[in-house]
Amino acid sequence: MTVEKIMSDGEGYDDFPAGLRVLAVDDNPICLKLLETLLRKCQYHVTTTSQARMALKMLRENKDRFDLVISDVHMPDMDGFKLLELVGLEMDLPVIMLSENGDPKLVMKGVTHGACDYLVKPVRIEELRNIWQHVIRKKRTKPKNQHGSADQGNDNQSSGEGNGPHADRNGKCNRKRKDEEDFSEDNENENEDPAASKKPRVVWSIELHRKFVAAVSQLGIEKAVPKRILDLMNVEGLTRENVASHLQKYRLYLKRISSVASQQANMVAALGVKDSHFMRMAPFEGLGDFRPLSGQGRLGSAALSHYTTGGMFGRLNTPNVNLHNLSPSTLIQPNHGQNITNSISALGKVHPALASTNQSQSLFQGIPSSLELDQLQQIKCGTGMASFNAMDNSRLRNKFSDPGAAINSSSNIFNSSTNMMLHGSYQQTMSGGGFGDQSSQNMASLNLDSFNVSVNSSSRLLDSATIQSSTTQPASLLSTEPFHSQPLPMSTTGNNGFSNDPYLQKNAIDISSTTMSLPLEDSREMHYQQGLVGDIPSQRWGEQGQSYGHGSTATFGSLNAHIPVSGLSHSLDHDSGIINEKMGVFTNGRLGGGASTLMLQNGNEKLASESRGMANDSFLLEQQKIQSVFAPRSDDPLDAMMNAMIKREQEETIANCDFGFDEYSFESGM
Amino acid sequence: MQRQLANMKQTLFDQGYLDEQFIQLEELQDDANPNFVEEVVTLYYRDSARLIQNIEQALEKSPLDFSKLECLMHQFKGSSSSIGAKRVKSECTQFKEHCRVGNADGCKRTFQQLKKEYATLRKKVEVYFQFARQIGPVEKACRSK
Repeated sequence: MTVEKIMSDGEGYDDFPAGLRVLAVDDNPICLKLLETLLRKCQYHVTTTSQARMALKMLRENKDRFDLVISDVHMPDMDGFKLLELVGLEMDLPVIMLSENGDPKLVMKGVTHGACDYLVKPVRIEELRNIWQHVIRKKRTKPKNQHGSADQGNDNQSSGEGNGPHADRNGKCNRKRKDEEDFSEDNENENEDPAASKKPRVVWSIELHRKFVAAVSQLGIEKAVPKRILDLMNVEGLTRENVASHLQKYRLYLKRISSVASQQANMVAALGVKDSHFMRMAPFEGLGDFRPLSGQGRLGSAALSHYTTGGMFGRLNTPNVNLHNLSPSTLIQPNHGQNITNSISALGKVHPALASTNQSQSLFQGIPSSLELDQLQQIKCGTGMASFNAMDNSRLRNKFSDPGAAINSSSNIFNSSTNMMLHGSYQQTMSGGGFGDQSSQNMASLNLDSFNVSVNSSSRLLDSATIQSSTTQPASLLSTEPFHSQPLPMSTTGNNGFSNDPYLQKNAIDISSTTMSLPLEDSREMHYQQGLVGDIPSQRWGEQGQSYGHGSTATFGSLNAHIPVSGLSHSLDHDSGIINEKMGVFTNGRLGGGASTLMLQNGNEKLASESRGMANDSFLLEQQKIQSVFAPRSDDPLDAMMNAMIKREQEETIANCDFGFDEYSFESGM
Repeated sequence: MQRQLANMKQTLFDQGYLDEQFIQLEELQDDANPNFVEEVVTLYYRDSARLIQNIEQALEKSPLDFSKLECLMHQFKGSSSSIGAKRVKSECTQFKEHCRVGNADGCKRTFQQLKKEYATLRKKVEVYFQFARQIGPVEKACRSK
């Protein structure tokens, strides 16, 4: 017997709690009638049904129709707890359980299944008079909780990473982030219920991010200020704060990517250029680190500047380009690495490499990648900055997806293939993030193979972090895979970024074949190296896949990581020697040794330091994730060293990274 | 007359046939729901008649399906407690306990007891309502004052 009475006063919440819309479910007709009368007495709008299925149907039809559900525990067609769960998952409405039995075990069961309250029959009217509090409470915490399961599901799809640790880590991170971010259903700030006092979160969907990226590129990364971006985007409901925070993340992402690229570009020229970019990034949270770099050697600044076309984009692009260029070049030319070894560290070299390859050009939309690459190469020795840039790029990449790319580039590991890959990866990563405009194209163009290395890193933006450290290793590129996997919406567009991921992954593998034949899995590992910092971000990407925003955040995160890393790398330059080792280690680990040697040869020192720095960043970012990641890397003694270094740096940078990451979660009310 | 009615009710309470829940029902009765109590009680009769029949059928089976019996009785108990049928409710609880331990004899015995209590309650409440209906208008008139 289904009794449906819908009282539609239409009063709404004028005299709350009167008018509260309650759905009562109980198979016992007497109890149901009694409940209905009691609720009416409290001046609520009551709808009753004796069947749970009917109740679900009504709820699904219109999620906004009810404020609260009261359900009996024992029902013939469906268990009350099951209904409770479903309502909580699908509609996220407060549910009150009702039962004759007040057994604590049952009450506990209700609580664990998410019930707001548990009443024992016969219910007194006094008890019902206060049920409205659950509605208010739920609304207050809704923004945070909502994303819950529903979002997670989405996230899961997007998170391509499914690879072992990364997946787990990312999953967790993503989930967290996703939940929060996905919580807001729309990009826009949507106020689902007027009664909610919290501002809904802004979800940076792919489209929204695309608009954002377009606005930024239009303005120029240098001049991209939130207010102008906001105006250009012309999106309803978006606040300047939202844009500002997103911009921050984006910058970090670029940084990361560029650091990855820069690795490749170690080649001085690239580095120089990159540096400038990075420098710019510096202003952002982590970007500051880059500053010192830029000072150094702008070597390629010119070249790098190319990269920075369009402000952020430029940055991204550059890194990508660099990476690409770098990677190919680096890969191809082991010497590149050496070039890079200049203070610039791998990054610088990477750049040159990238420049040479120019393959990535397409990476960034407007990035004259080829040009830049050349320049990057020139920069080679660039100055620490260049290297940083490269590193940054690579790092960024790594972070985003090319962890390896950036790093690798410098290490030459990428020789040829990697370079391309790096580029590709960068692009991928870059594009993946949604920034993807750039990278995606490039990525595709680049040898995915080569990118693999870098890509891996990029794809794994997050992973890239690991890669970063592993820059030496193409594996990091591989790590970009994670990136791939992520459904990041961006990648779809560009496929560039993320789509590259798979590609990247492939590349990664390719790379391994070339030098580092790091298996995709490795890339994962590399990820953590790079991705440590980047991983997290990339993971986010992947996992988030769904919301572009997430991805971006991830990238940003990685960027952040990079940025700090860059800073670190700067200092690392000195330690480059160490880093090289590390890099080598990573490479070895990742690449399978081939890379490592390359890296070492390159004098990755810079790289090493940078990668370390990057790694650190990534670590920081990924710390959460990385921790687990690091562990695996110990297979190689060098890796172990790296890991140790990374860890150390992590700790140092953790602060930075964390900072970065925070940015990502586009908190509501941004 | 009213006093008589009140006395009747009081007796029912004293004898444990009804409990506070019944008062709650009466309180819910108002101008918007003038015959609420009667409606609910009538609903109860109908529903419990159905349940009793089901339980009887289940008790004739062999071996007894205790979980099903318990489930049926759970419903019966719910209804009974909703209208405040105190004695019937306690019989239900006992019945469920027998089911839980698998005491077939206990179930059957208790069920007989339950049926008796139910029948008694129904009779008494009917009388009460009839009486109340007779003096009803008067009462209402009084109340409206």
